[in-house]
Amino acid sequence: MASPARPRRARPSLARWLLIGVSTLILLFVALPTLIVVPVSLSATEYLSFPPQELTLDWYHEFLTDPDWIRATMLSIQIAFVVAILSLVIGTMAALAMVRGLGGSGWMSVIASAPLIIPTIIYAIAILLFFSQLKIAGSFQGFVLAHTALACPYVVIIVSAALYRSDPSLELAAMNLGASRPRAIWEVTLPGIRPALVTGAAFAFLTSFDDATVSFFLANLSDMTLPRKMFENLQFFISPVLAVVATLLTVFTLALVGGLSIWQSRRGAQTTIPTE
Amino acid sequence: MRGRLHRMLHGVSASRYSAASTLLLLAPLLILLLLAFYLPLAQFLSRSFMEPTLTLDNYARIADRPIYATILLRTFRTGLIVAVGTLVLGFPIAYLMSTLRGWRLVVVAAIVVLPLLVSVLVRTYAWQVLLGRNGVVNQTLEGLGIIDAPVKLLNTEFAVWLAMTHILLPFMVLPIYSSLRGIPRDLSQSAQSLGASWPNVLRHIILPLSLPGVAAGMVLVFVISLGYFITPMLLGGPTTMMIASLIGQQATKLLDWPMASAIAAVLLFVTVAIMALFQRVLRLDRVMGNG
Repeated sequence: MASPARPRRARPSLARWLLIGVSTLILLFVALPTLIVVPVSLSATEYLSFPPQELTLDWYHEFLTDPDWIRATMLSIQIAFVVAILSLVIGTMAALAMVRGLGGSGWMSVIASAPLIIPTIIYAIAILLFFSQLKIAGSFQGFVLAHTALACPYVVIIVSAALYRSDPSLELAAMNLGASRPRAIWEVTLPGIRPALVTGAAFAFLTSFDDATVSFFLANLSDMTLPRKMFENLQFFISPVLAVVATLLTVFTLALVGGLSIWQSRRGAQTTIPTE
Repeated sequence: MRGRLHRMLHGVSASRYSAASTLLLLAPLLILLLLAFYLPLAQFLSRSFMEPTLTLDNYARIADRPIYATILLRTFRTGLIVAVGTLVLGFPIAYLMSTLRGWRLVVVAAIVVLPLLVSVLVRTYAWQVLLGRNGVVNQTLEGLGIIDAPVKLLNTEFAVWLAMTHILLPFMVLPIYSSLRGIPRDLSQSAQSLGASWPNVLRHIILPLSLPGVAAGMVLVFVISLGYFITPMLLGGPTTMMIASLIGQQATKLLDWPMASAIAAVLLFVTVAIMALFQRVLRLDRVMGNG
């Protein structure tokens, strides 16, 4: 071994290599099950097979031309879209009140974060019972209400964290220059925390879009959300179309999150070197 | 109250919103949670006491039937096994992350965190592909000559443990990582330069300092696993029912709402009690940006 030229860096020891080896195996264990759906979705055979003998896009075609799958997908997208907007507005308002109004009062954050702590199964059954009486179980409004209650806490957490980091005197400066409080919030405070708003909305969208437990109990057989239809397939007849849906869902999620983080890091770079 | 005191001490400043606008901003969330969360929950949970009149019979029924105790114990055992499983797999990753910087750290962190955002159904489906009779695992083992015939892996408790360990791993890695990150790097280096062997550094420096993270991770994973519904239902067998499936079954198949309510109340009590007991470890208030 060469003599250490950089004294700060210890020579990788046997223990270090062992750690890297073990960690690589564990990371493979983490990553592989998420990625394995891709080759299965391209496999030509009807039954589950890995590795695939022959590649085909037939199952993608079948997914795109099956009215049931498309209807479930569109329903889930529509619900998630409305949930994201509602959660963003309601959650951001609450975060403003909690950070700038209450100064971070403990009891309010407990009230607001309870939907995250309570086991989803309890909430799912409770909302099924409640919505059945109101005759909105399985309806669009029902899904939107239930998912918004589950998604708002994420927006509150993400936006209030950003508000704690942002400088409240900017809002005051705008008001000293004659802006009303709402206008100061709208034109100064909110643009300053735009990344948090986008992240919060994305989390709310995914919370609704991926919800399997509440959907399982709320959905009726004619209006199925995408997770509910996937569940049905998983339980009874597993077709390669499911692998297509799984692949598209994974790619969509990773693209959304990846795109977000790239946008945010570029935005961070822009604030230091203004190019616009 | 604190707001008013603050203003009196520091002179009138507009840095805090008035009580009226604070309430106005909070109102939509409060109304939403009241109507679509707290009210349904209160109504459902009250069924366990109210059927037909004020009674504790439903709780007595849980205690009477040994099958409920069996399911409850199985749920706790699963939570414990999954907590230990995530600890064993999560600790090396968290430790590795604490020694990494720059893009290497980003890559490892992304591999750990991203599965959290991928639909639980996708991951459950993946385990069905991997563990099925003709699945990847069985084919590989057969190909290597380790087994002669396919082993039953799917619809067993083992499948549930494996999948839940996989899904809950981030909840173990992140708390351990954040407590290990606080350890100055020089500490273990100087210990080693003073002659401490690697196992000794691990035992006397790394492990003790990681304990808060380990405790938080164990509690978090255990509590979250108690309420798991989808994964045990799709990967477990009929004899491996857990408490969440039991609640669903009582409510929608047997239509025994008071019973479903009583079991849900037990699950909720255990969850909240554990969270309250370990509140200091979990730092929930910190998560809410309140620290």
